[in-house]
Amino acid sequence: MTADIAFQALGYGSVLYLISVGLSVTLGLMGFINLAHGIFAMIGGYLAAVAVAGWGVPWPAMLVLAPLATAALAAVLERTLFARLYGRSELDQVLFCIGIVFIAGALIRLGFGPTLQPMPLPPALRETVQVAGMGFYAYKLLVIGVGVATALALLFGLERTRAGAIIRAAVENRGMAESVGLRTGPIFTATFALGGALGALGGILGADVFGLNPAYALDVLVYIQIVVAIAGLGTLRGSFLAALLIGVIQTLSAYYVPEMGTILLFSVVFLLLLLRPRGLFGRV
Amino acid sequence: MGEEASPPGRFRREMARKHRFRLAEMLLPLALLAVPVLGPEYYALGTQAAIVALFVLSLDLLVGYAGVVTLGHGLFFGVGAYAAGIVSVRGWGEPLSGLAIGAACAAVCGAVLGAIVLRTARFTLLMLTLSAVFLGNAIANRASWLTGGVDGLVGVTTWPLLGRFEFDLFGRTGYAYAACVLVLVWFGLHWLVHAPFGQSVQGIRDNPDRAASLGMAVLPRQTLVFAISAGLAGLAGALQAEINQFAGLKDVSFEFSAEALVILALGGAGRLYGAVIGSAAYLIGQDVLAKDNPALWQLWLGVLIVAVVLFAPGGLLGLLDRARAR
Repeated sequence: MTADIAFQALGYGSVLYLISVGLSVTLGLMGFINLAHGIFAMIGGYLAAVAVAGWGVPWPAMLVLAPLATAALAAVLERTLFARLYGRSELDQVLFCIGIVFIAGALIRLGFGPTLQPMPLPPALRETVQVAGMGFYAYKLLVIGVGVATALALLFGLERTRAGAIIRAAVENRGMAESVGLRTGPIFTATFALGGALGALGGILGADVFGLNPAYALDVLVYIQIVVAIAGLGTLRGSFLAALLIGVIQTLSAYYVPEMGTILLFSVVFLLLLLRPRGLFGRV
Repeated sequence: MGEEASPPGRFRREMARKHRFRLAEMLLPLALLAVPVLGPEYYALGTQAAIVALFVLSLDLLVGYAGVVTLGHGLFFGVGAYAAGIVSVRGWGEPLSGLAIGAACAAVCGAVLGAIVLRTARFTLLMLTLSAVFLGNAIANRASWLTGGVDGLVGVTTWPLLGRFEFDLFGRTGYAYAACVLVLVWFGLHWLVHAPFGQSVQGIRDNPDRAASLGMAVLPRQTLVFAISAGLAGLAGALQAEINQFAGLKDVSFEFSAEALVILALGGAGRLYGAVIGSAAYLIGQDVLAKDNPALWQLWLGVLIVAVVLFAPGGLLGLLDRARAR
């Protein structure tokens, strides 16, 4: 039972981490409150579902192709639209994002209808795998694997590579980074695109938890905003732990007090933010 | 240099100029009078527009004048609606006291929540208000013995207004009632934002550090504005519950809160007419476009918001200003 709950929580947390990590980095980097980040998860999910069901593209291939396509789209959107909003008032940023979410949701609804879009999985993933005498759902194992691998890769990339050092410098002090000759514009675009790609990956993997529908962007929005708020801005470790914490709360309440789940989650979030306004792992 | 040119005199003249009665302020009552002329089939739309305008006005006070961006204002609308509705279900359907109860409950909630969330800023503040409205929605959903849960609060009865005017089937009394409340709040807010208190709140919005260094009690003033704004939102909610004789989960939702922000931005935040014009334009647009294809309406709305933010900050009224300045 305990192992089962831990397994579920880890799977849920992995999805949340993938979708929210891009938001956390862009928020820390550009100070831009991107309430529209969930559209990348939605776009990735729909791309994969449509390509697998309609065109017969293998699901594992879409796990790579959909994030790449989403990254390209995210880069274009950042250059043409989002970049105009950096440094604008909070109200403008919030409204702009609401508008983008409306547009994306409406387009999806016009194109694919208001109903739930099924995500066809390869049969091998729908089986139960025996590990150390316990049965695990293979799909969840994959989700956890991808989540943990991404977390480790990002941590390594950000702390041990040159590109990571540049991003950290830009987050720490944008003005200083610019005055030593770093061009922050392309850095912003690249991180935005990377965040979009990871969001798409999370959107594909999370399709079974949240259910692919035209309101997908809004459905995941609340949870990823919570993760980022609790973690604090721009901390990768924090994002992973916060995603895990939300996963644990959600899974535990689903097991023991299903009817109180939402109340419990938002009460905890409210209390945490009250006690630690900068998040659990944010720098003061 | 007479007394008139000295700063106190200038200040007095400036205040007098702001408080002066302007003909433009009669536009709202006149527009409200136009609905009965159009015909009884417009009462329902007019009532809805008046209620939404009231709600957006309350949001304008907080977002436009105090500069506090919230994603959870629907919480207070819902508290007002449920409070008035529950009192009525339990056997007290007098409309005016119902309004007062709804507004008071929402104002108390606003004072408590404001005192908590205003200690934070930006992203955290947004998240706290967002969590608050989701929490409110979950509680309203869960406490079905009190609120009716998913089905909504049914069995609300509203007694005749002032003991004389029945709420009729055509919605004439309902419309007149909503219009009167809106006009009263409208003039009240007009007075408030030009009063010293309203001016100081705008000063805090423009430069909180400077306001604090001038000796202004920043947090208490913002909390008071938060409570007033919440109370007015509750008033709008109570009004809706009494006229529609129903309160539902939609009244206390993030979607409704976001919708109100959108309406405010379309009209123009930080000015009272923005809230009213935005509400009218939004509801008419929705009435005309959303009937056939809600997705298409959502698409155009999204495009419109993005265009307003990028090209016309200040909304419809901002455009009007710029056209006039040219």
